[in-house]
Amino acid sequence: MKRTVTLGALAVAGLTAAGAAGAATLDDVKARGTLNCGVATGLPGFAAPDANGVWQGFDVALCRAVAAAVLGDPMAVEFVPTTGQTRFTALASGEIDMLARNTTWTFSRDVDLKFEFVGVNYYDGQGFMIPKALGVSSAKELDGATVCIQTGTTTELNLADFFRVNNLSYEPVPIETNAEAQQQYLAGACDVYTTDASGLAATRATFEAPGDHVILPEIISKEPLGPLVRHGDSEWGDVVRWTLNALVAAEEYGVTSANIGELSTTAGDNPEINRLLGTEGELGAMLGLDAAWAKNAIMAGGNYAEVFEKNIGENTPIGLSRGLNAQWTEGGLLYAPPFR
Amino acid sequence: MSDTHAQTAAFVRDSMIQQQDPPVSQSGAVKWVRENLFSSWLNIILTLASLWFIWAALSHLLPWMLRGIWQADSLAQCRAIRDELYGPDVSAACWAVITERWNQLLFGFYPQDLYWRPVLAFVLFLVAIAPVLFQGLPKKMLGFSLLSPFVIFWLIWGGSIWGPVAIALGFVVGWAVTRYLTPVIGVLPGVIATILAPIVYWLLVAAPLAGLLQDILPLGITPVGSKDIGGFMLALVIGVSGIVLSLPLGILLALGRQSDMFLINKVSVTFIETIRGVPLIVWLFTASLLLNYFLPPGTNFDLMLRVIIMVTLFASAYIAEVVRGGLAALPKGQYEAAGALGLDYWNSMRLIILPQALKISIPGIVNTFIGLFKDTTLVMIIGMMDPLFLANAIRATTDWNGVYWELFVFIGLCFFVFCFSMGRYSLFLEKKLRREHR
Repeated sequence: MKRTVTLGALAVAGLTAAGAAGAATLDDVKARGTLNCGVATGLPGFAAPDANGVWQGFDVALCRAVAAAVLGDPMAVEFVPTTGQTRFTALASGEIDMLARNTTWTFSRDVDLKFEFVGVNYYDGQGFMIPKALGVSSAKELDGATVCIQTGTTTELNLADFFRVNNLSYEPVPIETNAEAQQQYLAGACDVYTTDASGLAATRATFEAPGDHVILPEIISKEPLGPLVRHGDSEWGDVVRWTLNALVAAEEYGVTSANIGELSTTAGDNPEINRLLGTEGELGAMLGLDAAWAKNAIMAGGNYAEVFEKNIGENTPIGLSRGLNAQWTEGGLLYAPPFR
Repeated sequence: MSDTHAQTAAFVRDSMIQQQDPPVSQSGAVKWVRENLFSSWLNIILTLASLWFIWAALSHLLPWMLRGIWQADSLAQCRAIRDELYGPDVSAACWAVITERWNQLLFGFYPQDLYWRPVLAFVLFLVAIAPVLFQGLPKKMLGFSLLSPFVIFWLIWGGSIWGPVAIALGFVVGWAVTRYLTPVIGVLPGVIATILAPIVYWLLVAAPLAGLLQDILPLGITPVGSKDIGGFMLALVIGVSGIVLSLPLGILLALGRQSDMFLINKVSVTFIETIRGVPLIVWLFTASLLLNYFLPPGTNFDLMLRVIIMVTLFASAYIAEVVRGGLAALPKGQYEAAGALGLDYWNSMRLIILPQALKISIPGIVNTFIGLFKDTTLVMIIGMMDPLFLANAIRATTDWNGVYWELFVFIGLCFFVFCFSMGRYSLFLEKKLRREHR
């Protein structure tokens, strides 16, 4: 016990020291020639290596966009697979430059752990999946259900809150990974599986008979998932933040990987697009990048909509609809500040 | 033959009766079955219950395994093929995930055109380990065994050939100091110099020397980073390095713990108890996370090396205790006899004590090795690509999401093959070394 305390104290001391010392990440990345990006060890649609060992996914696409913006090469990324336990220390110690690992933006992570969430690339929320045969149409009817729940996550706490507030009882079946949860749920070890709605959709898509299972309409928590960087290096934070904003804004202005070549050669009618793509103004230089930074970022995998459709959209096996992740003009929450 | 009874006996057989087979119930399989499986009511019930259990397990498992589909691009395709072949409600394994990701499970993200290097390294490893394991082979092969770690290291990680050469020279430096300097300066300073000289050489001379040699004669193959090494290759690299390094270290620690010298004794005891008292996971976290804070920023101390060091230290603490058990089992007379022969400490250990103590400890040592090899899967927790990590990653692609048992069955089988061979070898060694009761 004493040892644990000592180790913890050392870790905290190290955290603060690293936080103070870890300035000028942008220069480090440029000097190194590669971006060290922390991703999940494997999450369907968000981050997974393909048969050739090339990382693919929604979070991975953001790493590639940042690498393209800073270094001009979307493949110049060193992916560091991080687990739920190692992700924050890997970032704090400087092993990775940014973390894009569907991490929920919470107060304590932002303030207490001394990280800076630079935006939200996916608005998620916790949902419930049940077999259709149960005949339940609302989460409020789940009194007395057995619930498969991943331990040590915010979902566990949200679940307890939800059932307490609605004065329902439940019996948790603790499980460790999503794959294990699928097996337990299919084997009937629990009536309900609860996790982020995106995860539920991905899980349901793998079932032999997806139609036999329904995802209940209630979303019981807010899970804004976003990339984060270390405290104390605002220049680097700006680079990641505005790369994400560039992808979102590109969708809003109709800039796609198909028409970007044409749009970026000469200044067009829309001054916002001109500033974004560097045909007008000095936005790139303000970030410490070259003028084509946003163009490179968008060309890496397309704008936000293209990245979404390619990795997790309705035409993929995961089949997520845009929902909250639509542009603000279409009733969603994506709202990139002006490029001015 | 007298004819005393010729009149009293009514009948005397004058020819030998034909030899007959024993009754069916008293020989062969039937006898064995009756004696071992159906000898009493309790045994009959237990046998039937066991048979039912085996049948129940196999009747589900075997069709699933044998119907398995070996060629498909994704789980959905697997299911389509299965529906076509057997109908929709039949369970069939989708081995195609292993066919498709075979290379990844074996080598991780190692560059595909360089697969020959780890394969060659593995063959060299087998050649190098053979003379250590089996006495019948020529002793000259041991020379290659000493050289092989450097060759294998160079083959797997690539890069300039002069790096491993420069490191190997460190051992030559140590040997030279023992050979030529020790007679001049005496035993204790000699031992200290033998330990210090290579360390000083490695820290100060080795890197510039390797650089210089590379400038003069650039010889090298494509370097491959540790982060690309994964799958069973990673498990083998960590497991084998841990096994090879932890045995000598463990023996030294065991001797240290038995030593009368205060400092050596206490250092050994502290080391063993500290390492043993903390779970391996904690040491792995220390290796991957805490060391980052302690080391000066910018030092890039390879994660795999850190993990190998931690695994080695961990296993050596266990080996030390196992060997200590062997040492304690020897009668004191053996120590005294060694002393009476006029042997000094190292010679008595080398010639009398350790051969006996190690023989006693074989099952325990191999047990520790098997545990160590299986523990390599724990590195998944710190984000290294061991087979289980890759199983997770494979499952995370949209193609294979939902595949579960096939990967576990395959990985489990591979580990079983390795561990079972180690166990068999230990039995072979025990039989060969059995001296007392034969």
